[in-house]
Amino acid sequence: MQAADCDSAFRHRHLLGIEGLSPAEIEQFLDLADGYVELNRQAEKKRSLLRGRTIINCFFENSTRTRTSFEVAGKRLGADVINMAVAVSSMVKGETLIDTAMTLNAMHPDVLVVRHPESGAVQLLSEKVDCAVVNAGDGSHEHPTQALLDALTIRRRKGRLGGLTVAICGDVLHSRVARSNIALLNTMGARVRVVAPRTLLPAAIERLGVEVFHDMANGLADVDIVMMLRLQSERMHGSFVPSSREYFHFFGLDYDKLRAAKPDALIMHPGPMNRGVEIGSEVADDIDRSLIRHQVEMGVAVRMACLEILARDLANGPPLP
Amino acid sequence: MSERAAVAAGAARTLIRGARLLDPASGLDAIGDLLIEGERIAAAGGIIAASAAEIVEAEGLCLAPGLVDMRVQLREPGAEHMESIESGGQAAAAGGVTTMVALPNTDPPVDDVSVVEFLARRAREVRLAKIHTYAAATKRLAGKQLTEMGLLAANGAVGFTDGTKAVADALVMRRVLSYAANFDLLVVQHPEEPSLGGAGEVNEGEIATRLGLAAIPAVAEVIMIERDLRLLEITGARYHAAHLSTAAGVEAIRRAKARGLAVTCDTAPPYFALNETAIGDYRTFAKLSPPLRSEQDRRAVVEGLRDGTIDAIASDHAPWDQDSKRLPFSSAAYGIVGLETLLPLSLELYHNRHLGLLEVIARLTRNPADILRLPIGRLAKGAAADLVLFDPDLSWHISTDEFRSKSKNAPFDGRPVEGRVVRTMVDGRTIFPREQ
Repeated sequence: MQAADCDSAFRHRHLLGIEGLSPAEIEQFLDLADGYVELNRQAEKKRSLLRGRTIINCFFENSTRTRTSFEVAGKRLGADVINMAVAVSSMVKGETLIDTAMTLNAMHPDVLVVRHPESGAVQLLSEKVDCAVVNAGDGSHEHPTQALLDALTIRRRKGRLGGLTVAICGDVLHSRVARSNIALLNTMGARVRVVAPRTLLPAAIERLGVEVFHDMANGLADVDIVMMLRLQSERMHGSFVPSSREYFHFFGLDYDKLRAAKPDALIMHPGPMNRGVEIGSEVADDIDRSLIRHQVEMGVAVRMACLEILARDLANGPPLP
Repeated sequence: MSERAAVAAGAARTLIRGARLLDPASGLDAIGDLLIEGERIAAAGGIIAASAAEIVEAEGLCLAPGLVDMRVQLREPGAEHMESIESGGQAAAAGGVTTMVALPNTDPPVDDVSVVEFLARRAREVRLAKIHTYAAATKRLAGKQLTEMGLLAANGAVGFTDGTKAVADALVMRRVLSYAANFDLLVVQHPEEPSLGGAGEVNEGEIATRLGLAAIPAVAEVIMIERDLRLLEITGARYHAAHLSTAAGVEAIRRAKARGLAVTCDTAPPYFALNETAIGDYRTFAKLSPPLRSEQDRRAVVEGLRDGTIDAIASDHAPWDQDSKRLPFSSAAYGIVGLETLLPLSLELYHNRHLGLLEVIARLTRNPADILRLPIGRLAKGAAADLVLFDPDLSWHISTDEFRSKSKNAPFDGRPVEGRVVRTMVDGRTIFPREQ
């Protein structure tokens, strides 16, 4: 699938976040990814589009799922994919992020896929390298491919994004998934709510264009999509919420709370799930309502689309700013 | 000593003619001459007919007491690759600063008489701007045990502070204030409740939320100030709150002054010249402690300067090398260099008609001198000839590349400003521009 025309072409050298992308750019990712979903379901999945290209997965923070998803995506497009677990190599030797960027840059990769525990770090790294950079999650800032795969998942089930009401529930304060999803869903014309105890909401969150709720009954009323967020274990024992038991009682998703939503409301979670903390197992595993496994499948397709689009720009002469 | 005798004694004389003399202490704001004899001012005001080795024609320029910068970090001893007494002195000279007061957060920290003596000796050797130092309020700046405040003061420490950290523990602060009151000493606080802002990097609000950065709420400032004021009421001592950044903090000091407490405060140019939007896309040069605040807070700081609640403007000079700032935002160091931009940024208050020129100069000279109880910051006969001659209207663009400071971490690069230092003198010696 080719980009339709210049107007909808992706105008960025990197994919650092959803903020700043146009609806057309987002749709371009989703349309392309749609095609890859079908490819990935075939027995013969390999393409040669990125043959000869080098992709380095550079993860300054542990992640099996996202890294694997990018690795599969790169390999299916024929690229050489190298995984670098930076968390256990250079940072312990005192090398700075910019040193690492320079080192990687000297190896002439075509795409760097970077995850980092600090907000803004991927952008900083992108300023120091000549290749395209994909943000695979930076601190509490953005996780654009997660938002794209969530959007693809929703669009394939509901046929659209505009006009839907989506409730994002849980630890919005620390969540890059929430920020990217808020940006994407707003850009595409969905109505976005956040539902969380006040201790897990950042200040002025309503300025990001969301309706704010502090209880599930009202927050989930008549929504089309319930998007649960992971609550890190170090945050559930008194520092942000009193206990996982209390958290599940008031904010964990179960059938009782889900009754407030539309009868055909669908359930999502970026994973990995804390069963019995933010989501009950019977809801998570409900094959009619839960899209959680679809999200993983869409993840590979969306990342293939990202790699293709960024690599396409590389082929067209000097990179755009 | 008669004029003839002074000349006979070999004291060099310099006559500055036709400047706009600005002396906040006496209220003098008039065109006139100033005569320097040796290290001291021999006469100020009116037309002075005297022979002098050097005559400086200063029409169109302002002549004021040299700036007294009551909050700088000099990094010597310990981190001389970021700043030294020499490079900091050059930066001060270029900025019109003739006296600066160093924070004790060096390595080793200034918590021992020997370090106070070391700094005094280095300042004498370098012979640029005069340097005084605060000493640590607590040993190793650890917030637990009192330093030898009496001995440190006797050896020249002008005040006591844990520098860029608040004295957080209420009991320790009570004892610091009590003990300081015993010797009538100045205590300078970094007013921020650390348990509210400890891990924070930027002001709490929409920008922090959008960028996903840990936030420091504005109330962290006023909570610490109000606590300290309550402790001050039961202990005495002279209390100074540094670098005010919030509307609530300014209001707390305003009310305390109205109650008659011995309270003073300062702010720094970024808190009236910038707001939190300067952070943009993770610009670490705009990462400060306290953080840049909202526009409403910025306006309150300007108002505090205007109505006199905020006594002084300090540069809050915090030199950091590239390795400390070219990092992800949350890992980057807090602070910016400020010695060389203190005057032009402060003059924005005058050019924007918030304060009169003499009022701006007061907050840079006499006021901090009085808080520190130093006999400087005046254009008076017999006073040390610490002077700054500046063009108040000259337009230029700040260029961090031209800084004398070893560190270039400032968010003001390229900013158009008005007002530039022409000449800086300490004890009658010209320290800027440098003699060829």
